Amino acid sequence: MVYTLLEENGMCQYYDLTSMPGITAKGLFVSDKFNYLDNIAIQDQLIQFKLADQVHVVFYLPQIHCVSCVWLLEHLHKINTGIIQSTTHFEKKEIKIVFNPSLISLKQVVHLLAFVGYEPVIHLGGNDWLKKKKVNKKQLYKIGIAGFCFSNIMMLSFPEYLSNNALELGSLRHFFIYINLLLSLPVLLYSARDFFISAYTGLRQKWLNIDAPIALAIMVTFSRSVYEILSQTGAGYLDSMSGIVFFMLIGRWFQDKSYDSFAFDRDYNSFFPLGVTVLEEGKEVNKHLSALLKGELVFLRADEMIPADAILLTEGALIDYSFVTGENAPIEVAIGQLVYAGGIQKGRSIQVEVVKPVGQSYITELWNRPVLKNEKNIEKSFVHPWGQYFTIVLLIIAFSSGVYWSLYDTSKILPAVTAVLIVACPCSLLLTVTFTYGNVLRWLGNAKFYCKNAAVIEAIDKIDTIVFDKTGTLTNHEDTHLEYHGMVLSEAEMIAVKSVTRESLHPLSKMITQFLMLEVSDLTSFQKIENFIGKGTKALCNEYEILIGSISFLKSNGIPCDDSLQGAVVCLAINGVLKGYFAVNHAYRDGMDKMVKRLQDKGYHLHLLSGDHPTEKAHLTHLLGKDIPMFFETSPADKLAYIQKLQNQGHKVMMVGDGLNDAGALKKSNVGVAVTDQTHLFTPASDVILEGREIKELHHLIAYAKKAKLIIIYIFILSILYNIIGMYFATSARLSPMVAAILMPISSISIVALSALLSFSFSYKIRPRS
Amino acid sequence: MGVIVILIIVSVLVAGGFLLAFLWSVKTGQMDDDYTPSVRILFDDELIIKKKEIL
Repeated sequence: MVYTLLEENGMCQYYDLTSMPGITAKGLFVSDKFNYLDNIAIQDQLIQFKLADQVHVVFYLPQIHCVSCVWLLEHLHKINTGIIQSTTHFEKKEIKIVFNPSLISLKQVVHLLAFVGYEPVIHLGGNDWLKKKKVNKKQLYKIGIAGFCFSNIMMLSFPEYLSNNALELGSLRHFFIYINLLLSLPVLLYSARDFFISAYTGLRQKWLNIDAPIALAIMVTFSRSVYEILSQTGAGYLDSMSGIVFFMLIGRWFQDKSYDSFAFDRDYNSFFPLGVTVLEEGKEVNKHLSALLKGELVFLRADEMIPADAILLTEGALIDYSFVTGENAPIEVAIGQLVYAGGIQKGRSIQVEVVKPVGQSYITELWNRPVLKNEKNIEKSFVHPWGQYFTIVLLIIAFSSGVYWSLYDTSKILPAVTAVLIVACPCSLLLTVTFTYGNVLRWLGNAKFYCKNAAVIEAIDKIDTIVFDKTGTLTNHEDTHLEYHGMVLSEAEMIAVKSVTRESLHPLSKMITQFLMLEVSDLTSFQKIENFIGKGTKALCNEYEILIGSISFLKSNGIPCDDSLQGAVVCLAINGVLKGYFAVNHAYRDGMDKMVKRLQDKGYHLHLLSGDHPTEKAHLTHLLGKDIPMFFETSPADKLAYIQKLQNQGHKVMMVGDGLNDAGALKKSNVGVAVTDQTHLFTPASDVILEGREIKELHHLIAYAKKAKLIIIYIFILSILYNIIGMYFATSARLSPMVAAILMPISSISIVALSALLSFSFSYKIRPRS
Repeated sequence: MGVIVILIIVSVLVAGGFLLAFLWSVKTGQMDDDYTPSVRILFDDELIIKKKEIL
């Protein structure tokens, strides 16, 4: 269908660009889903700019993944003339669409996108988080200006170096020097501003941070250069100064480069739909979620999320809470019972009556707890104390060389002391740190382990306890399978059961049919069948009287059942005898046992928290070993409290989880790792986003993140060597601008190169194998 | 020697022109997306029509 549409518009090139365009076009879908886009208040939240004949709107399309996507999305105007222009941003996975509202409505634009397979993700938080992520332009300005000044100063300094003082350049020499002085001003006043501001705020809090010695070095270098130039005794060290600023700015930029298409700070607003369908006097009205009031009737279609805690009014509710509680299978809810916000309706359309506003529902309330309000990872980096020692040692050396020269040659006190401060700038230390973290972040990102920032890498280094969630983390949401426990069924019995379950449209029934399909292929006819919605099925099939359904259904039919059979269970009784039960399990991801074993070998304490019933405890114990404390039926609040308890015992905790039910724990833990199979959808607030199939590599990833510190220490040793050479020249009062100008770039470049080399060579275990 | 002064001034001005071009490009958002334009430039609309004729 989509192919026809593309062909009609002469757009078959789409299929030529890549052999596997890969997006499965959904074709025509339930067209009611986006009805809320007709609501003006919701439109205003999405629309960026509006004129009579054109509207600008930005959508987030997580499905964008290849060249064909870009091509198709940028040729939407060929499919519908109402679209004036569409521009994609590949890395942010966004599309900006300009359309003519008199030819096509916003809803139709979304329908068109969904039709070609790119259903936009529209959430209550609006596109606010999209707007926040802007490239830090000021930083680029600073780098550009510093680079310009640095290269020009360097070039104009060559005559000075190469003349070797033998060639008298006369007034030209002064001309060069004064131009240099002029060029260094923007570097000092604009590009280096952040260092001064940071050092100043540090000092005001009576704290010597890593920027303090840098600011000092820049200031000393500049004033000594100005003094030399004005007193006509030398050319100064302006090239070194601007070079230092330039390299350090690049280092910071390198480290701060982030993953544009990820949102690490989402709260519940991002998970909920933007609009809901409310029934008012029997009519469907689209409403903005924030306008939803207690007592209103909400109409939910299949696969829609329950927006607030509510009471069920109609039959057929089959709610998937896997995202909220970690519970495996969808739950059937009877009329009059509570359904909780965050659950997804899997059956047919239902009506519910809202009992609590969105912000006070069971799951959203968790976010308002004060324990979660604190920012984390604001602990200072381990480098900062080094910065302090460095400054102290530096001042001692400067002071003692001053004392030394005061005994022998008083004219050399000032040159020696200033030279020490110029040469021994901790910029090599800072460069090492920024570049190494930048490299490590990049390699981890390559391995689908996306860290929020460099502070997370240091936090990983301190971790001693890892807590896992089960559903969706150790297991795979998309891969469910059925297990039968109990007495062995004969072939005839299986055929009979299959023939009965085949008649029901219930998802669990369908699964059982498929499960039995693997065993037997025949079908038989049945004499009598009775369906009890929400309970089970009673049927007479040949000589078998089959009862299949929930525990309570079997009990009410006089069959004794064990209450321990909880969780995702469908019980089966034949001729009045309980035969066994079917349990729904999500399949465990590959390699979990190995990963857990490796982590234990390395001395990590492992814990398991599951929102699910303990039906699989034996299996888990077998899979992961006996030593892991396991807790089942934990609520989101329990998980949060458990993390807090571990932290109070002095542990540094990494939480690995996936759903909203882990959101509190992820936020509270020292490092929260959100596991997801669809990288761009539904990740709760976290420090790290990890792709589901890479979780088996977790031990390698952690080990690699820990290597960052080792790399920094190695390179730091190298930079100490450079400093010793520099110090030798400085303390003997022989530091010429040329030595400084050679030493500075060599040390910077070799540090950057070594950092890249080491982070590359250590990454061999986590590099994707092609 | 005086000509060197003029040349140096010209060279700094030329370099300054490039700096201004860079600042302008950052300001107008040309540095916001460093991937998509490289893909977009390769899309060739004429090609399809020709292909259709051959077919």
